[in-house]
Amino acid sequence: MDAIGIEERVAKYGTRSIKKAAKLRGLKLAASMVDLTTLEGKDTPGKVASLCQKALCPHDPELGVPQVAAVCVYPAMVKHARKALGSDTVVRVASVATAFPSGQAPLKTRLAEVKAAVADGADEIDMVINRGAFLSGEFGVMQDEIRAVVEACGQATLKVILEVSELETYDNIRAASFLAMRVIREGDFIKTSTGKTSLNATLGNNQVMIEAIRDYYLDTGISIAMKPAGGIRTAKQALTFLIAIKETLGDAWLNHSRYRFGASALLNDLIRQIEKEKTGAYQAPYYFSEATESY
Amino acid sequence: MSRLPITKTPKVYVGGAFIRSESARVFPLKDAAGDFFANIPQCTRKDLRNAVEAAAKAGFGWAKRTAYNRGQIIYRLGEMIEARAGEMAAALVLGGASKVAAAREVSVTVDRLIYYAGWTDKYEQVLGNVNPVAAPYFNFTVTEPMGIVGVLAPEQSPLLALVSLFAPAITSGNAVVALASTSQPYPAILLGEMLATSDLPGGVVNVLTGFRKEMVPTFAAHRHLRALVGVANADERKALALGAADSMKRLHLLKAEEPIDWLADSVQSLYAVRDTLEFKTTWHPIGA
Amino acid sequence: MTSLAEKKLPRVSARSGRPAPELIFGDLWEFDPSPETADPKLKTRYDLFIDGQFVAPKLGKYFDSINPASEQKLAEIAQASAADVDAAYQAAKAAYDNVWGKLPGRERAKYLFRIARLLQDRAREFAVAETLDGGKPIKESRDFDVPMAAAHFFYHAGWADKLDYVAPGRKVAPLGVVGQVIPWNFPLLMLAWKLAPALAMGNTVVLKPAETTSITCLKLAEILQDAGLPPGVVNFVTGAGDVGAAVLNHPIPAKIAFTGSTEVGKIIMRSLAGTEKKMTLELGGKAANIVFDDAPLNQAVEGIVNGIFFNQGHVCCAGSRLLVHEPVAEQVLTKLKNRIKVLRVGDPIDKNTDIGAINSKEQLQKITAMVASGVKEGAEMFQPACRLPAKGFYFRPTLFSGVSMSHRIAREEIFGPVLSILTFRTVDEAIERANNTAYGLSAGVWTDKGSRILKMSTELKAGVVWANTYNKFDPASPFGGYKESGFGREGGRQGLLDYCKLS
Repeated sequence: MDAIGIEERVAKYGTRSIKKAAKLRGLKLAASMVDLTTLEGKDTPGKVASLCQKALCPHDPELGVPQVAAVCVYPAMVKHARKALGSDTVVRVASVATAFPSGQAPLKTRLAEVKAAVADGADEIDMVINRGAFLSGEFGVMQDEIRAVVEACGQATLKVILEVSELETYDNIRAASFLAMRVIREGDFIKTSTGKTSLNATLGNNQVMIEAIRDYYLDTGISIAMKPAGGIRTAKQALTFLIAIKETLGDAWLNHSRYRFGASALLNDLIRQIEKEKTGAYQAPYYFSEATESY
Repeated sequence: MSRLPITKTPKVYVGGAFIRSESARVFPLKDAAGDFFANIPQCTRKDLRNAVEAAAKAGFGWAKRTAYNRGQIIYRLGEMIEARAGEMAAALVLGGASKVAAAREVSVTVDRLIYYAGWTDKYEQVLGNVNPVAAPYFNFTVTEPMGIVGVLAPEQSPLLALVSLFAPAITSGNAVVALASTSQPYPAILLGEMLATSDLPGGVVNVLTGFRKEMVPTFAAHRHLRALVGVANADERKALALGAADSMKRLHLLKAEEPIDWLADSVQSLYAVRDTLEFKTTWHPIGA
Repeated sequence: MTSLAEKKLPRVSARSGRPAPELIFGDLWEFDPSPETADPKLKTRYDLFIDGQFVAPKLGKYFDSINPASEQKLAEIAQASAADVDAAYQAAKAAYDNVWGKLPGRERAKYLFRIARLLQDRAREFAVAETLDGGKPIKESRDFDVPMAAAHFFYHAGWADKLDYVAPGRKVAPLGVVGQVIPWNFPLLMLAWKLAPALAMGNTVVLKPAETTSITCLKLAEILQDAGLPPGVVNFVTGAGDVGAAVLNHPIPAKIAFTGSTEVGKIIMRSLAGTEKKMTLELGGKAANIVFDDAPLNQAVEGIVNGIFFNQGHVCCAGSRLLVHEPVAEQVLTKLKNRIKVLRVGDPIDKNTDIGAINSKEQLQKITAMVASGVKEGAEMFQPACRLPAKGFYFRPTLFSGVSMSHRIAREEIFGPVLSILTFRTVDEAIERANNTAYGLSAGVWTDKGSRILKMSTELKAGVVWANTYNKFDPASPFGGYKESGFGREGGRQGLLDYCKLS
């Protein structure tokens, strides 16, 4: 991998100019891909329930903002999320298990956490890889653990978080992507970050991972899905990530089964921009529920 | 009864060997008093072709030598001439130089070689550089020898001018095919013997003798010669430029119409080395 | 680590019995047109720029400059005659003798800084004008041509009072009046990188832009006026080849600088034979872009695309010969095909256009003929199924695989978006193939191995070597060729030396 080459490639996505109908389509597509996330120590069943309401009905239905792909919560909140969303919904419950975000717990504990979250009604599990094993070259250990989590997931979809900022180099990100892809199932995800470190999803590491997915697909025919997470706050950023998908993986990945955004603030900005496209007027943040900025 | 001396048959130095012209032609050379001295090879276009091929074979390895090694070999050439300074001076006297002038020409020739011997491992440091481009790239410009350089020596200063012209070219690793003074070819023939004993690989410097009028058109037209340096009159300069256009040869020609003081220090220059260099710029990203 | 991990990949067997996976680059999310709307502020008629004034051509003739994207007329451009060229040279000589040649470097510098700043101020306007006139994507004129042109003025401005450092051990002096003729592929940028060093060194200039792309040159004349540049220091004469010949063959210039084809370069060299004029010739190329099996392939593909499709391939240093290491040849070809499927060919003024219009009908015909020869000689052609606009001059990005060294498309400069792909097995073979050309302008090499990069960079006979990148330019970086790609350098300290005499 050449770092400068990757950064020059992704800089080109930023020069794409998305206007009018294409912009509206892109914004709605992005909204449908959001894993609406709350991962805080102070999360409560009430906060989770309120987030689930937002997921089901993001804004004034007349605006036509689609429902998000999933809500993403800690394992302890899964049953509350499940209850709030009900069973008759396309919005999925995702949960970060495996001693998120560090993963520094015995494997047995991590697997138990996964099983518990699935038992509580999680449709999707976001796991963290053993970065220590990867960085010390024990790829077998890293892969065996992922395999064990795959098994613990049962029917649940798995998302494997590489925690790219701790892998540091693009070479490592690509290598870790391949190691993970080889032991997960078609339709499972690889994911950039926990959102708990200083550097999260960037266009650069997104690019490295979607190129890995593309190369793996062309080689094996197995489609792996992708989820950048953390740091994607604006609609403009999200559109740029979608352009990367459009030009690297193509149309088959432009849907929420193959691509997600792990984000909390993004949804509101998407709605805000959709509103702006409809009305032509720039919007203040406090028109939108669950906004983090109310100034 | 005095012994009849054995005279040396003049041969030109090409590809590390002493040869006659492939045409088997010679022209008589007379000494300053007008007496017959020897028959000099009258080289032809085919001799030039062969010399270029010899230069092509030798040039690659010569350019690959370390700069330090090239410096030592050029210095060694100076040693060889110094050691046979008397003989060389006599060759110059043969062409009409005074003994004093001849001795001076030889000593300046040696000094000139020492000057360029010292440049081999320094010119790059002065002419090349790192370029601060406005992007995350390491960018540097280095020099490379052009390849095979044709040298057209003037009629006067038959030793010093010839050496002053080819020395900067070989300093950087070029190979040379030179045409010696038509009227005073013998010092160049003798120089061949010194080149042969200097550790300079055969073929790096090839010296032809012959008639300028016959040879200039081939120098002009030969497409494997990457550059021409030397002294030429107006007609020759035009002919050489016309020929050079076919293969984009680089020309650095001094005017035969203007006097050149080959003894002067101003003749030797870093920029004479530069005349037979190409500049190459390389980019590489700086990333992890 | 990466290659180790990847080599364990199950190969074809993993998908035995299943069809080869394909990516779908369709119109699920198609972009709307996004034209750049800045006003290019074009005049309906452009006169010659001589002695600081716009003056009508002596014979009163004008020709049309058209937009190659729509074939519509943009403006009328003055047709210079020999008498106009002479007037330009007289003005340049007077300006050199009376003003510019006497001005301290410090003051010359300030004019160049001003020009750079004024060009930055009007960057978007110039970018639109450049795109309308030449057909290159607005993305490129906006992000590359115009900012790089300004950068050249800025860089060289700083040299004007530091010329003692250009040639250690020697004093430098200007040559006098310089005649310059530039091509149509980078009209403003070529102008900047010819003007800036000449002026920094203290020369005055008569310059002729290409007849199809004169507009930004004449717009720059407005900036020269606004900058207060003394009259006659820079003069622009417009027209076709006959005007170029008049510029080159006039007795006044001490130096000729030309960028264009090798064919014309040779004609110029012949026509100047027997004169004392110095020359810088920046000519054609047939660059090899060499990809080794250990290269960062995804970035290499990006570099290959940038190397050949940048500016529709109208680039003298375009990486038009791709040499791929056999073990990865198939992989690279697949990646390239997928990459060029998402290149957007179309209206250059659209901000999303990657490949714009071919500069002229003549050039389009040349490219079409070369591509036909590639097909006829048996190379395998690939073009993506992109839609082309109905009007204007367009050509699809084109790949030829299975090309051999003897094919015309592997030897001759096409100057269009056409890539010839050849393979090699060993390092020596790569070097030999790369150097097996009369050209020597540029080369590219892609490998992860540091020592091999330096080996390749040493062995490739080219004036510019891009390692793990391609088509990068900078005013501080000398540019110019070996062999029949011309001589002299432009940019950097080395470029300045070609605009001075040493004493």
